Amino acid sequence: MGNRKHAVIIGNGIAGVTAARHIRKNSDMEITIISSETKHFFSRTALMYIYMGHMKYEHTKPYEDSFWKKNRIELLQEYVTDIDTDQKKVALQSGDALRYDSLIIATGSKPNKFGWPGQDLPQVQGLYSKQDLDKLEKKAPNNAVCKRAVIVGGGLIGIEMAEMLLSRNIPITFLIREDSFWDGVLPQGDSELITRHIFKHHVDIRLATNLKEIHADASGNVKSITLAETGEEIQCDVVGLTAGVSPNIDFLKDTSIETKHGVLVNRQLETNIPDVYAIGDCAEQHEGIGNRRPIEAVWYTGRMMGEAVAQTICGHRREYNPGHWFNSAKFLDIEYQTYGWVFAAPRDGETHFHWRHADDDKCITISYDKSTRLFIGINTFGIRLRHETMDRWLTEQRDVDYVLQHLKEANFDPEFYRHYEKEILNSFTSQTNQITNA
Amino acid sequence: MSETPQPSMSLASPDTYSLSNKQKLALSLGTIGLLILVLAFANFGLSANIWVLALALGLISTGVVLYARAAYLDKIPGIKNDGVWYKSISSRGILGWLTGVVLTSFYIVLYFYPNLLGLGVDGAANTGLIALFDPLSQLLSGRDASQWFVYGTLYTVAILAFGYKFMLKYKHNKYQQLRTGSVMFFQLGFAFLIPEFMYRLNSDLPYYDLKSMWPLNYYIFDEWSVKAFLSSGNIGLGLIIFGIVSVFVISPILTYKYGKRWYCSWVCGCGGLAETAGDAFRQLSDKSTGAWKLERWLIHTVLVFSVLMTTAVIYTYLGYDSNNFWLTKDLFIKLVIGFLTLVFAVIIIFKHKELGKDAKYGAIGYFVLLVALLVMHFTGTTEEVFYIKASSLRAAYGLYIGSIFSGVIGTGFYPILGNRAWCRFGCPMAAVLGFQQRMFSKFRITTNGGQCISCGNCSTYCEMGIDVRAYAQKGENIVRSSCVGCGICAAVCPRGVLKLENGALEGRINSNDILLGNDTELRDLINKQK
Ligand SMILES: Cc1cc2nc3c(=O)[nH]c(=O)nc-3n(C[C@H](O)[C@H](O)[C@H](O)COP(=O)(O)OP(=O)(O)OC[C@H]3O[C@@H](n4cnc5c(N)ncnc54)[C@H](O)[C@@H]3O)c2cc1C
Ligand code: SF4
Ligand code: SF4
Repeated sequence: MGNRKHAVIIGNGIAGVTAARHIRKNSDMEITIISSETKHFFSRTALMYIYMGHMKYEHTKPYEDSFWKKNRIELLQEYVTDIDTDQKKVALQSGDALRYDSLIIATGSKPNKFGWPGQDLPQVQGLYSKQDLDKLEKKAPNNAVCKRAVIVGGGLIGIEMAEMLLSRNIPITFLIREDSFWDGVLPQGDSELITRHIFKHHVDIRLATNLKEIHADASGNVKSITLAETGEEIQCDVVGLTAGVSPNIDFLKDTSIETKHGVLVNRQLETNIPDVYAIGDCAEQHEGIGNRRPIEAVWYTGRMMGEAVAQTICGHRREYNPGHWFNSAKFLDIEYQTYGWVFAAPRDGETHFHWRHADDDKCITISYDKSTRLFIGINTFGIRLRHETMDRWLTEQRDVDYVLQHLKEANFDPEFYRHYEKEILNSFTSQTNQITNA
Repeated sequence: MSETPQPSMSLASPDTYSLSNKQKLALSLGTIGLLILVLAFANFGLSANIWVLALALGLISTGVVLYARAAYLDKIPGIKNDGVWYKSISSRGILGWLTGVVLTSFYIVLYFYPNLLGLGVDGAANTGLIALFDPLSQLLSGRDASQWFVYGTLYTVAILAFGYKFMLKYKHNKYQQLRTGSVMFFQLGFAFLIPEFMYRLNSDLPYYDLKSMWPLNYYIFDEWSVKAFLSSGNIGLGLIIFGIVSVFVISPILTYKYGKRWYCSWVCGCGGLAETAGDAFRQLSDKSTGAWKLERWLIHTVLVFSVLMTTAVIYTYLGYDSNNFWLTKDLFIKLVIGFLTLVFAVIIIFKHKELGKDAKYGAIGYFVLLVALLVMHFTGTTEEVFYIKASSLRAAYGLYIGSIFSGVIGTGFYPILGNRAWCRFGCPMAAVLGFQQRMFSKFRITTNGGQCISCGNCSTYCEMGIDVRAYAQKGENIVRSSCVGCGICAAVCPRGVLKLENGALEGRINSNDILLGNDTELRDLINKQK
């Protein structure tokens, strides 16, 4: 031990691990990561691929097991029950306690539950942790054991769960509160294209439909659900709850660390208590940065917060100051990327340009300012774009005409793929002409 | 009740782990085809009739084609890796091991006991399996079949049939389809048909697959081979000049422009088999840093060995007197040493920064070669080098590298070590091209800013065992000598992070500690702190 300072990190997800790596690069501090889920860092985003048989659990670990020792990062598989911020100690479930000089809370999220009757039955589950995955493997190994599954909540995790179950030919009923898949986030054209794609995969997708109740049979196992709108009863063996996530911070209840939905932090990712920081899914900004939400529950923001907080802890105090928004996802077979801001409905002064390929598996939506023609953001489906180029255009504040004329430079599809830039540009020109002529 | 899906006997079925009826039918057809070959092998009184052979090969191909159609044709285009790690054949299960044993035994018989396959010795007629291929061989080249003809035919059928399957599997991916079409074309034309036809035109020519270059084609500069070329007139001379030009001119230019993929994934027969019949095994390659270390030692050792062996073989049949032939032993050794020194000097002068620690290993390799060559020159006679017969050196190379490594282990162990074990650990040609790819090539795999989610699909499906994710999650381009540019990492990436491209040399190798997307000032600061 000696008199080296001790950085303790709770949570070995992307946020905590990135912070640890960067602290190691910049200091000789002692580093301990405490996490209860798994001994080693794995990629949560790859959970689905384990169930689908694309990868084994080992493949989802971004670093070899020897990495941690080599970098002098101590791993402790334990659950933190409490934090004594006066004594600067964390209490572990085993009864031990650990002293810290700097403490980073990076405990991630947990699946939302909305008090549905039956939500705690053994075959009802979310999809967040390795344990959730193991449970699904048990309850839905094949379509003989699980003759039908119902998924509640049409977001990014819901669609992943659907893809998982489809890979084992398990019939699915997919309950979506909205009128079209993820239409709170995606503009109508995009959302409808994805909805049709889900239909094509023979998913029984129920739009504008809510769950009322989950029923158990005599032995206490899930047997069916009923819908709120129609009262229809649907037989099923497994229910997936994928209606969003919220910060996993219940264990902080009795501490003096200030929380709202998540752990409240300032732009330096500091909490109200000195030497205690929060990053990743569980951190909540007092106010969203730019158009970002106060809680950003995505992979790369966790990483960026880890990068930033490590600098502060190592004596270069810095703000968390993310650049242009971007993200990506995949809806069954259709890849999605977004750069800048494209809201479900254009905000004041903005308008959307939408192009869709005749095959119904590719589309884009561009958001721009009606009067200045400033390019604000782009969604692409089935077409890959180059992050660096899009980021540069956003910084350079290009107008929409420039972006469409140069779209080819931003294309990131594999070689020999067909290009659609001309078609897109033509469609844009004719659409805008129509508007000006009207 | 079982908690995981039943380990399945299926090779490719994407949606269930049990076979559909169509696939069962396809498998049966293929099995009957194979059975005919086994009957021939067992000398079961099958007449060596071209129709019997056609039936056997036809059934096998039809089986694979029908199987592939059942698996992919009606499916929505996309990545078809469902259940790969649950299927016995593709996850080192019982079927995987059995297939490995059968393939390995086949290679041992092929290389070391061709008489078991029915090869007629000392002019006797062929029997068994080889006799079954006689009519086809007669048709193509007008001579009886050899074990190599049998092997070549089966090899070609495998590349064509499984190539079709691969193209269906990646029906949404133009890059995959084109390069598969290309290896199918080169195998059928250049490796199989053209050499047979060439023999018909000029029976003195040795078998020559135009696309197979030294050092992969290690026997091209053997005395018998060179003599045979030289004695068959202008064509022969033209061919051997083409052989030299392709090693020293064509290949470097293409590798500079496109990376080694132009050869390994578009032309090469070993690569062709690996990418088609071997596709189901690509995920089995070892990604550990230990394996990477082993790879670098092994492949470069094989390269040194093959340079030495070839030099030694040529050296022994050259004369001392320049009046007889301008290229004497003395001049030849000087040329080789001069060439190696030139290559070494250019690299050290222009690339020492990029190489870093590897420069040391490069230097060791160079000096070992140099010393060996000098020792060879001063101890060598017309027969012997290093007090060993040059022909024994050549024979040892042929046995250990040419046969055991590339065939028995390289292909026989597909279901255990993955489909590119030979290409990764043993192929001297891959070493040469890879070296060039690392040093002087426009090729790289670009990573897409901050989009990587570290899922690991790319690394898992990299047949060369490259930990692609380790680069992608740092936003660093992948410039690795071993990358054969198969493009599968880019295909399986669910977030569109990877793109194979040829671009400017400038900025090709970019090492980052932090990715695009964060505060630009912070990025500058962190990249400075490194
Ligand atoms: C199925 C799925 C798919 C996803 N796909 C994407 C995607 O494609 N792209 C994207 O951007 N994002 C995706 N996300 C979101 C992304 O994974 C998260 O934003 C990210 O993992 C959050 O990282 P983190 O480090 O903040 O927390 P986590 O990864 O949740 O890590 C926190 C860890 O801390 C542990 N922990 C919590 N409390 C305690 C305690 N008291 N004591 C000890 N340990 C504790 C937890 O068990 C957990 O292991 C996905 C999420 C899921 C669940
Ligand atoms: S590059 Fe793509 S496949 Fe590889 S880890 Fe990143 S997201 Fe996954
Ligand atoms: S890095 Fe990608 S392109 Fe290169 S060999 Fe591996 S999978 Fe193929």
